[in-house]
Amino acid sequence: MLENAYLIPLLPGLSFLAILLFGKRIKGGQGAHYIGVPVLAVVWVLSLVAVFGWINRVDDVTPATEAGATTHETAAAGVGTAGDPASPVVLAAEGETGAEAGHEAVAQPVIRSATWWSNAGENFRIGTLVDGLSVTLLFVVSTVSLLVHIYSIEYVRGDERYTHYYAFLSFFSAAMLFFVLSQNIIQMIVGWELVGVSSFVLIGHWWESLDNSNAAMKAFMTNRVGDVGLLVGMIILYFAAGSFEVPVINEMAASGQIRHLLLLAAAGSLTAAVMSKSGQFPLHTWLPDAMAGPTPVSALIHAATMVVAGVYMVARLYPVFYEGYSIGTSSINGLALLGGFTAFMAAALAFVQWDIKKVLAYSTISQLGYMVMALGVGAWTAAIFHLFTHALFKACLFLGAGSVSHASHHTFDMREMGGLRKVMPHTYKTFVLASLALAGVFPLAGFWSKDEILVGAMRGQQSGYPLMLFFGLLVAFMTAAYMTRVIWYTFWGEYRGHGTPHESPALITGPLWILAGGAVLGGLVNLPSAVADKIGLGGAAHLIETYAEPVRYLDQFSTFSVAAPSLGLALTGLALALGGILAVYLYYWRRLGPHGLTEQSVWARRGYTFLVNKYYLDHLYTGIIARGVRGPVAQAAYWVNQNVIDRIVNLVGESARETGRWVYTNIDQGVVDGTVNGLSSGAEATGEGLRVIQSGRVQQYGSLLFGAAAVLAIIFTIVI
Amino acid sequence: MVAQNIAFAFIASIVALSAVRTVTTRNIVHAALYLVAVLAGLGALYVMLTAEFVATTQFLVYIGAVMVLFLFGIMLTRAPLGHLDDLTGKQWPVALGVATALAAVLVYALVDAFHAAELPRNPVIYRTADVGDSVFSTYLIPFEAVSVLLLAALIGAVVLARKD
Amino acid sequence: MLVNQFLILGAVLFCTGVYGVLARRNAVMVLMSIELMLNAVNINLLTFGLMVGSISGQVFALFIIAIAAAEVGVGLALVLLIYRNRSNIDVEELDLMHG
Repeated sequence: MLENAYLIPLLPGLSFLAILLFGKRIKGGQGAHYIGVPVLAVVWVLSLVAVFGWINRVDDVTPATEAGATTHETAAAGVGTAGDPASPVVLAAEGETGAEAGHEAVAQPVIRSATWWSNAGENFRIGTLVDGLSVTLLFVVSTVSLLVHIYSIEYVRGDERYTHYYAFLSFFSAAMLFFVLSQNIIQMIVGWELVGVSSFVLIGHWWESLDNSNAAMKAFMTNRVGDVGLLVGMIILYFAAGSFEVPVINEMAASGQIRHLLLLAAAGSLTAAVMSKSGQFPLHTWLPDAMAGPTPVSALIHAATMVVAGVYMVARLYPVFYEGYSIGTSSINGLALLGGFTAFMAAALAFVQWDIKKVLAYSTISQLGYMVMALGVGAWTAAIFHLFTHALFKACLFLGAGSVSHASHHTFDMREMGGLRKVMPHTYKTFVLASLALAGVFPLAGFWSKDEILVGAMRGQQSGYPLMLFFGLLVAFMTAAYMTRVIWYTFWGEYRGHGTPHESPALITGPLWILAGGAVLGGLVNLPSAVADKIGLGGAAHLIETYAEPVRYLDQFSTFSVAAPSLGLALTGLALALGGILAVYLYYWRRLGPHGLTEQSVWARRGYTFLVNKYYLDHLYTGIIARGVRGPVAQAAYWVNQNVIDRIVNLVGESARETGRWVYTNIDQGVVDGTVNGLSSGAEATGEGLRVIQSGRVQQYGSLLFGAAAVLAIIFTIVI
Repeated sequence: MVAQNIAFAFIASIVALSAVRTVTTRNIVHAALYLVAVLAGLGALYVMLTAEFVATTQFLVYIGAVMVLFLFGIMLTRAPLGHLDDLTGKQWPVALGVATALAAVLVYALVDAFHAAELPRNPVIYRTADVGDSVFSTYLIPFEAVSVLLLAALIGAVVLARKD
Repeated sequence: MLVNQFLILGAVLFCTGVYGVLARRNAVMVLMSIELMLNAVNINLLTFGLMVGSISGQVFALFIIAIAAAEVGVGLALVLLIYRNRSNIDVEELDLMHG
């Protein structure tokens, strides 16, 4: 399967075509899922096969890691085990451990490629690169996509564009899997744009409403801004490394064969792409608006998969970012700062939203910021682990929100919900489980991945990243608090909407329970070894650490190996999460604390307004930047037109007229009668001659053009 | 070699004479037919220059498609058929002067530069397969650019000529 | 064969085309003359390609044929539009830009 991984994106691509061509004929346009769901099921199985294939491959190369407390010692000794003799670029083994460990083999990524097209001697290849990172993403994407396909059968039933919806769901899956498996950066760009297009199409699925089509346009346009950065960054990388291949670029960046300034420029440009696609400050504004799309789409594209494309890209080209931002040596860097700040500011915005999906959208931005921060502090494994767990519980939350809306007459406004826990027990239970996982409550998935990020921030490099640690802990508290608020408004209190809410059918609650199971158990994928040994799981419980880490670069990036967990930090994080829940619990359930603060305090009201207006970023973009650019440019063009061009034209015309008049008055009139006739006809001829040039006849202009060319050619042949 | 030169002289004189008639004849349809003669003669010359695929394309695209377009253009603009005296404008002496001057300087420059340089007697022959390889590998991006241009021209022509 | 026999034929064709473009009043005839000029360029490309033994000449001759087809298409569409608006296609009367 590792060799034939191209089948994984190919199948949903074919299903896209099949649905597009035949979908309308199945059950009167309501049966597209008969194609979409089975194909995705096959893709899911294939992805699972790829995951186990990769695990076997790693096990075959490296002796199986011994279970127990020795794992970390072996990992530490394995720090110097890169420098594979088979690799074209032999890594410079730095330090004595590298020299001693010698050339122990590590699992190479499985690359299969063919020439796609070639131009002027450069071959552009297309193919698949399968390694631990890509199989992790394959599993995440195919799992969530399959569940969303199943969920949508019920959710989108009866929609007039049912076929279209399933076609683009398949298209998105194909594009995302293609992107994940890309073997070179050209392919990455193509996949990146394809997922952007499918996101655009699906956000605007109900385009009859102006808001929806505006949201789709906004998402597309905002992403274009970042795409410029992507193109620039990839071009820099190509010219720096002389190749499009991801492994070559990575090895050259890791071994210091590319100048640091180039890497910094490339990393900076690519960070702009991360900002737009993964919703980082200040280009995150499209993501909350993208909630205009159908809820399953939000779960799949805008929570679990597409928005992590930026995180994935950073992880894939990690040596570039690592060296470019000097992650291993400096105490602060752009990536960590960007992620930490985004995590904080989005969490603050989540408090003032009334739309349940927008709360989740800001929560997604916040968690993406967490991942970017983790990559920024060098905690690669923790970032990928968090990507994995976040996909499970955030998809569960979104699908739960969809279920709530499905039950209560298609509203997402939490003010029209309330009390739903009695009528929707399944949705309520799964939603609470996923919220607790998101909040990071022991022992659910989010707790483990969040803890690893915090450990990374604490022990990142020599002195840790205190600011990032602060952001991380603060966001942990805020996340727990705003999720508790959502649960209060949605499921507790009295029902404030109209009609009778009811539990959703099994096609909706089934995926919810599967994802909730993932949210509970997802942490088992990468437990800290100290914990894993206690409960007797041993090596099986840190799959990502063992199989996904790019050990080929380990001698360079010592932070890849997970830092030893800290009990104190874990307890602090847990205490903050529980504290957040408790604070909101007291506030809403027990009616304690300062209610009506916004009515009483001016500052609180101002802060609230500031948050409700989303830091005025949208005003900045449309009101100030767009209008600011559009207005002055138009005015400047108008001014130039009026004052410069018109004046020149007028001047030329007037001077020609003045010349004629001057010739007429001074030469014709002023000269004695005897010469009048000859000279006046001469002046007239001059005027006529000047007019002839401005005849407006193409052929006269052509004659002048070719005549001038002939004259010039004659001059050149004579001179040279 | 003699046969080649004779063939060249024959074809070249047809091409040159037909070209002159194309731009001087007083009948529009005749002009189009003279243009066919020019294009066909050039196709033959392309074969002499070992460019078989270009010659084929010349026949297919130019004589087949472009000429039909021209005839349609003549019909659709209801050009009066038969002899017309006003097909050539009043400024033809200027045009003739410019063209002659240009021809003189070009011929002088060519003779000056190439004297009696010969084409290689055993030239490298590129078959259609080689042309195809080259177009789809070395010149792929120009090829794509041309195809986009053709698409744009197609859409542009439809938009311009549509009645509404 | 001499290089010059082809090149001079090309030059003559080109200048014939120039004369046609400058002298003809009917817009369709002007377009025909432009075809003559484009073909003159093709002869040059092929001759030089053969002379230096490169395939580029043939490839670019093909590109020029494609571009010529596009040019005729758009050109005739323009002529039709002009005819529809002014019911004649005399380029001498197209002097809206005169000074």
